Amino acid sequence: MPSQKSDKLQLNEHGRMRHFLTIEGLSRELLLQILDTAESFATLPGRPVKKVPLLRGRIITNLFFESSTRTRTTFELAAKLLSADIINFNISTSATSKGETLLDTLRNIEAMHSDMFVVRHAQSGAAHFIAQYASPRVSVINAGDGRHAHPTQAMLDMFTIRKHKGDFTPLRVAIVGDVLHSRVARSQILALNTLGVSEVRIVGPRTLLPTEARALGVHAFHDLEEGIRDVDVVIMLRLQNERMDGSLLPNEHEYFRLYGLTDERLESAKPDAIVMHPGPINRGIEMDSAVADGPRSVVLQQVSYGIAVRMAVLSMAMQSQADLGGEA
Amino acid sequence: MSASIINGRLIDPAHDIDDLLDLHIDGNVIVAVGDPPAEFAAEEIIDARDCVVCPGLVDLAASLREPGYEHKATLASETAAASRGGITALLCTPDTNPVIDNSAVVELVHRIARKLGQARILTTGALTRGLKGEHLSEMAALKAAGCVAVSNAHYPLASTLVERRALEYAATFGLPVFLRSEDRHLRAGGCVHEGAVSTRLGLPAIPSAAESVAVARDLALAEHTQAQVHFRNLSTQTAARMIGEAQSTGLSVTADVAVHQLHLTEMDVDGFVAECHVSPPFRTLADRDALRRALADGTISAICSDHQPHEPDAKQRPFPETEPGISGLETLLGLTLRLVEEKVLDLPTALARVTSGPADILGLPYGRLGIGSPADVCVFDPNRDWTLHLDEMRSEGRNTPFDGWDFPASVTHTLFNGRVVYRATPVS
Repeated sequence: MPSQKSDKLQLNEHGRMRHFLTIEGLSRELLLQILDTAESFATLPGRPVKKVPLLRGRIITNLFFESSTRTRTTFELAAKLLSADIINFNISTSATSKGETLLDTLRNIEAMHSDMFVVRHAQSGAAHFIAQYASPRVSVINAGDGRHAHPTQAMLDMFTIRKHKGDFTPLRVAIVGDVLHSRVARSQILALNTLGVSEVRIVGPRTLLPTEARALGVHAFHDLEEGIRDVDVVIMLRLQNERMDGSLLPNEHEYFRLYGLTDERLESAKPDAIVMHPGPINRGIEMDSAVADGPRSVVLQQVSYGIAVRMAVLSMAMQSQADLGGEA
Repeated sequence: MSASIINGRLIDPAHDIDDLLDLHIDGNVIVAVGDPPAEFAAEEIIDARDCVVCPGLVDLAASLREPGYEHKATLASETAAASRGGITALLCTPDTNPVIDNSAVVELVHRIARKLGQARILTTGALTRGLKGEHLSEMAALKAAGCVAVSNAHYPLASTLVERRALEYAATFGLPVFLRSEDRHLRAGGCVHEGAVSTRLGLPAIPSAAESVAVARDLALAEHTQAQVHFRNLSTQTAARMIGEAQSTGLSVTADVAVHQLHLTEMDVDGFVAECHVSPPFRTLADRDALRRALADGTISAICSDHQPHEPDAKQRPFPETEPGISGLETLLGLTLRLVEEKVLDLPTALARVTSGPADILGLPYGRLGIGSPADVCVFDPNRDWTLHLDEMRSEGRNTPFDGWDFPASVTHTLFNGRVVYRATPVS
């Protein structure tokens, strides 16, 4: 089977979202539709009756080939609030460790009549691969593939930014840290540029930034204070422990000294700048506790908005299945 | 048997011939070019009107999978594919299982090939035992068994000292050493070119410097040891320039390129196209164009298929987990002739790069149509274009990004050792 470019794979012939694999190739209108749909769900968790029956009778399967706590849990919660049934497969501990190929695992789970797969995998392109080989009645949602994409995380970040800033177009946004290995950063950059912000910057030492910043449509900075000067949003990325083994960075102390966010450094950003982090935070490495718990931090809101955004994505992808006709 | 190939445009780059000339074969050798010898009566007449008659193609790098990986391909399936592609001599790589690092495996491969009688199978012996990069292989025994070159396939050598010793030892027996120059530390588990596409797709990437660093090292050792070094499968403009410069200072190194590197770039990987996962990776348009220029000016004197047939499973995985390589025997000639269409090379030069060019690197008398030469011949019709369809491939490996591509000329006959081993069905 020939591979397809992502926009052909993600959208059906009516331009509706069949799979959600990457932000790349999606229009500004579609991203805004996701945010607007999420808005309608955002009040639900606060109400006494939290569930809506949109996906009643549907089966969603969490296919996690890589461990995750909050992403998996928020997808599970989102599915439950939409009244879908959800099955959790933690494949790292089951099938593939017994030598089964990904394709075989996929066929087996398809035989269980799932309507949607939420996929996390350590390899870039895994969600594309599954979407190419899954039956046409299954939608695939990428919950993080290698260094490639984590589009629902990016959309919940956009949701958070819109809540605080309203219009995207005048915004300057700085993404700080390990952009090179970050699927979150790649998806954020695509979403921010599609939504038309005025500038996206990436900040970090050269060992953690991609060599081709131009290909991403961002400006690269190596000095934190310069990089966040006059920005409206500061997004701090998580630094994985294995990056600190000496080959990319000498140690965490020097990293914090140069790129750790403190109240003092944050002075160079706009006075009303917000601070975001996809979590989990390494306190004292990426940022000070004073910043993480301070008034400009919106880290916990990101988590709760994540549920609404994932509800939006799940329901929109399921709607596209109606275009297939039949019982849907 | 005896045969005459008549009325064709005979192109024999080794002898600088491009003319309407007949070719006469007796037994397994060419006996005359032009007029037949006195009292010659051919048993078969092949009318090559409007066709090109050229030496059978010589392919310096094909992984034929047997013994050990018969689930991917066999010598029978791949030599049949070679014949369809006009290839009559293939140099198989040593990465079989067991590895071609002892005379028993060499003899096994040659025995099977002789029985098949479909193409000339030449063998590359392993440079190190088990291709592990540490202990030298028994190169004298490998040569005696019939190996015409040694290489470590795509496996790295443990150190520059091992490389130095291996080059010296191979030079003792006059064996050419094929090197796949790549610094494994800079490769660092990458699977695509480090550039715009890897940045966007978040794929682990291999910088161009992984090749140029290694080429610099290998050139220094080639100069130091005076071994006959051949650079396999170049992918970067820097490597091509460095090798050209070394050649101009008198160092007798040679180089080849895989034919797909002359047509595709990193952009073709976009969308996680597993069929475009190759090693070395597809690089930039500037690299592709520099490789084309190096081919035209002779810095690179051979084009290879770099044939790597795979079972479907090998490509049906998330991109970084797929196995690299393209099944390339059936498209070597077609892709080479597209370079003529695109005015990169003239036809005789293009044919030289797949016939006498590779044969000269090995110092072997193939890829030419002289009197007394083995009667290995390819006849193709430049007015009969064709489209590649996966289900019509003869190779067991259907892993190719060229599915649906059009090619300007069809092979009509392939002769190996004087026998017709492939004959196209005539157009109705």
